[in-house]
Amino acid sequence: MPDLIDTLVGIEPGSRLDALRAKRPVARADAQATYDGLVTAPADLTRASAVERVAIAYWVAALSRAAVLAEHYAGLLAGLDPAVRAALDAVLGAPARAGTGAPGASVASTGPSDVLTPTTTGPYGSYPPGPLSAEDEDGLHWVAPDALRTSVGDRLTAALEHAHLLTYRPRDASPDALQALLDAGWSLDGVVTVSQLVAFTHFQLRVVAGLTVLKEVR
Amino acid sequence: MVGQVIRHHQASPPNAFTQAQLGWEPWLEPKPVDELTEADYTALVDRGRAASPYFRLLVRDPVVLGARTRADNDIFYNEDAGLPRPERELAAAAASRTNGCIFCASVHSRFAAKLSGRTQDVQRLLDEGIDAPQDERWTAVVDAAAALTETPSRFGPAHVDELRAAGFDDQAILDVVQSAAFFNWANRLMLSLGEPTPPPAG
Repeated sequence: MPDLIDTLVGIEPGSRLDALRAKRPVARADAQATYDGLVTAPADLTRASAVERVAIAYWVAALSRAAVLAEHYAGLLAGLDPAVRAALDAVLGAPARAGTGAPGASVASTGPSDVLTPTTTGPYGSYPPGPLSAEDEDGLHWVAPDALRTSVGDRLTAALEHAHLLTYRPRDASPDALQALLDAGWSLDGVVTVSQLVAFTHFQLRVVAGLTVLKEVR
Repeated sequence: MVGQVIRHHQASPPNAFTQAQLGWEPWLEPKPVDELTEADYTALVDRGRAASPYFRLLVRDPVVLGARTRADNDIFYNEDAGLPRPERELAAAAASRTNGCIFCASVHSRFAAKLSGRTQDVQRLLDEGIDAPQDERWTAVVDAAAALTETPSRFGPAHVDELRAAGFDDQAILDVVQSAAFFNWANRLMLSLGEPTPPPAG
């Protein structure tokens, strides 16, 4: 199977970036092995289904505005479950809060007024009370709109809310956040896999971002 | 039956960045040592990691843990060219400082200080953050790691230029990218699956 990161960055065999990556052959092979173990060929689909896995990865990449990776996962998701993709796209396309002037968002958009974009910038969040409290920064605590919950169910919705937390405000993570996953029907093994999927996607999108810049700067 | 998280109710959890050796307690039950299979030990890579509740929790997805650990070792310990070891740990510490992972920052700031002998420079990163003054080389590494850690990533051509101007070649820049990117993986696991505990007394 072709290496996904090479494919997305456009790294040709024998190129300058190919030689750079070849010096870290295990990292290259095991980034792909992690992707395969989480997304393309998981050993256990009962703890997390193929649709759930791809939907979560798409959500993380889209929230992170990692366009090329998001497009890849969007394509996989469209092949597995177009309705889930449409449900996520409906949320991702929601307008920004009027007056925030978020880049690329049309404040004049006429979407449902109670559904606001989940997309923001991070990291933000709170530290345990103490000297770092001066660095606490508030931001969006995203709660899934009812229409999404109805479309994709409580279990995937809980994972998407958790993925939003880990994407933008990982230092706000808590036992309560994990309990919400368990309460929504994720098993212990399932929570570990969802956590790895979200966290790994943050690695993957940054390797793609870094290599893309390095490729363009000759 | 719905599973339950483990709550620790610490009176005084670590609340500042430190180079001291912290503990870490999981919020979910790790796999018990006496249930570990040979496949699990393969995933742990180093058998000694069976003593760690963090790795015994992650071994609940053994294929992913194995790949994660081998990638980690290659990114940080493969010394065939590229970024010197202290600066790889510095990139890990800078990413952890940006995300707010007190535990990860403690481990990798300690490694960066030990490998470089620059304990005070490392402490300044912890105390004052990623904008604390450093020399040209460390500023370039910290700036790049921090920019890549933001969501969305702010890493751009100016960071490559800054790293090159500080004397790093493209192999080293790949290592900066992979070290910082890896800690965007590790920070999210450490922050979301458990919590740091104070250094053991004595």
